[in-house]
Amino acid sequence: MSDIVLKTEHLGISFGGLKAVQDVNLEIRKKQLYGLVGPNGAGKTTIFNLLTGVYQPTTGTFYLDGEELTGKTQEVINHKGIARTFQNIRLFNNMSVIRNVLVGLHNQPEFKCNPFVSMLRLPKHFKTEKRMRDRAKEILRIVGLEEERNNLSCNLPYGKQRKLEIARALATNPKLLLLDEPAAGMNPNETAELMETIRYIRDHFDMTILLIEHDMKFVSGLCDEITVLNFGTVLTQGDTKTALNDPEVIKAYIGG
Amino acid sequence: MGKTKASGFMPRFKLKHYIHYIVIALFLIVMMILSSNGMLPRATITLLSRIAYSIILAVSLNLVVGFLGELSLGHAGFMCVGAYIGCYFANFLHTVIGSPLVVLILSMLVGGLVAAVFGFVIGLPALRLKGDYLAIVTLAFGEIVRNVIKNLPFFGGAMGLNTTKYKPASLFIVAFVVVLLVLALIQNLIRSKHGRAITAIRDNEIAAKAMGINVTFYKLFVFVVSAFFAGIAGVIYGHLNTPIIYTVFSYNYSIEILVMVVLGGMGSISGSIIAATLITYVNFVLQNKLSGDLAALKLLIYALILIVAVLFNNAPALRPLREKLNFRRLAEKFSKKVRHPENIRDDDAAWNRIDTKIKMDEILSVELQPNGAFEPDRKKKKKEEK
Repeated sequence: MSDIVLKTEHLGISFGGLKAVQDVNLEIRKKQLYGLVGPNGAGKTTIFNLLTGVYQPTTGTFYLDGEELTGKTQEVINHKGIARTFQNIRLFNNMSVIRNVLVGLHNQPEFKCNPFVSMLRLPKHFKTEKRMRDRAKEILRIVGLEEERNNLSCNLPYGKQRKLEIARALATNPKLLLLDEPAAGMNPNETAELMETIRYIRDHFDMTILLIEHDMKFVSGLCDEITVLNFGTVLTQGDTKTALNDPEVIKAYIGG
Repeated sequence: MGKTKASGFMPRFKLKHYIHYIVIALFLIVMMILSSNGMLPRATITLLSRIAYSIILAVSLNLVVGFLGELSLGHAGFMCVGAYIGCYFANFLHTVIGSPLVVLILSMLVGGLVAAVFGFVIGLPALRLKGDYLAIVTLAFGEIVRNVIKNLPFFGGAMGLNTTKYKPASLFIVAFVVVLLVLALIQNLIRSKHGRAITAIRDNEIAAKAMGINVTFYKLFVFVVSAFFAGIAGVIYGHLNTPIIYTVFSYNYSIEILVMVVLGGMGSISGSIIAATLITYVNFVLQNKLSGDLAALKLLIYALILIVAVLFNNAPALRPLREKLNFRRLAEKFSKKVRHPENIRDDDAAWNRIDTKIKMDEILSVELQPNGAFEPDRKKKKKEEK
């Protein structure tokens, strides 16, 4: 099998007459850091919503590791190995940091535990909980939130909330991680730190990462390849430096 | 209970997790001693059973309303199914089995299971409907059940179903043991990965789905479990009162259970227990004390008590008073354990502790750390200052 993790073919969706995304063809290889950039309203988040099953595409298909996932529900797509973070942070605010990650671990086959087993507190329940907790701590250590694990997630500063979202997505053990503006709202120090974390995650988990970002320094520092979108269509694709210097791209961003 | 058994994998034993079992068990023991010495009047014994099934109802509804975050107004409907089916079955069992206790337990299981089937049926629209719309569907469900049963001849129709009363002096003991079991099961469910999934769905359904949580399964599961326990409460009710009359299970009663949940605090088990006990007690007292012409005042006084209780719990103006009466804070004062702002759940708690005075023609600048002014290391600094 080829090492292409995600492949989309003519992916598109229209809402009524509005073609929000048209004819997007992506090919993301294993361990690649792939960027999705474009001005506001270009359809980047819509693509994420298509890939995670929030929306069903009206045209085209997409494959994860060669398996077609078009038309599947969000839960199934997550089980198959696509996890995401959200542009507007969607943590479980009333839960502690570690509980957020534990929710992410919920569906791992190794932590299967029947609800009745938990209700009756059979030994298996305690074993599973213990192992889940250990794994959650390990994931939190990787993103550097181990110290805060007992704080409420809504009390975390913004940058750490973003990291927690990544940790939670990682907990679902995905093959492909979709990050929706991970650096939004971060100060330069935090951004630099986040870049390190993302690289570390890629190397440590052999993760393939597709990310949306407006911070061009972030994108060019991190991504090997990018796709530039404008008005729902692909403007250019390819090597980050060349794509970003494309006159069409500059025009789309600056106008004219 | 048997839940406190130390198992090698068990996390630290925390007294506060078990405090309500202990309180209820002690209460039950005291009442058992009193009743065996004949010191409890009949009415009080009935009241105890009523409190027991009210607690089961409130806690099981809290599972749906407080933990899953769906509004259900049909809880009395599940209770109704449990009461009728369970007691009908018990009437039949009495001809076969001699021991009333065995009959009671078996009929509780049957009543609970049939109610659970109905819980599954009502859980199905819960997958599509939200908030007010689901509330209306469950409300309609409660009324449909009640009216169908009214028209079934073998359930006695409008005359009600005659049941065999269980000996009141021992019914309350069985009922409270069931309460303890139900509490243990529900609490175990909530304090497990499944409880986390359920609260995750309540907090943010979109994120829960994106985390691969099977929302369909958990919504149905919660409705089924909650209906099962409501059915059990219904069977206890049926063994306390005869005949069972369908009018009792009207939507008024569903709302009364909801009031218990709201008053006790959504998602708070101990709150539901306290509220269920108090409301049942108040109802009982009003019913007994106000007779004749004064009976009309019952609903008025009941409503007033509810208004005062809700205001006391929520009105912003009464906040200082609440803080003064807050048991947790009082306990801390005595134990001299100072809480740090970041451990306090209220969003504005940290701000309450900053005192500044701004004079005329003065420019005051407040310097804050860029992200979250209360970092863990500041805790230490504050301590050192002291």
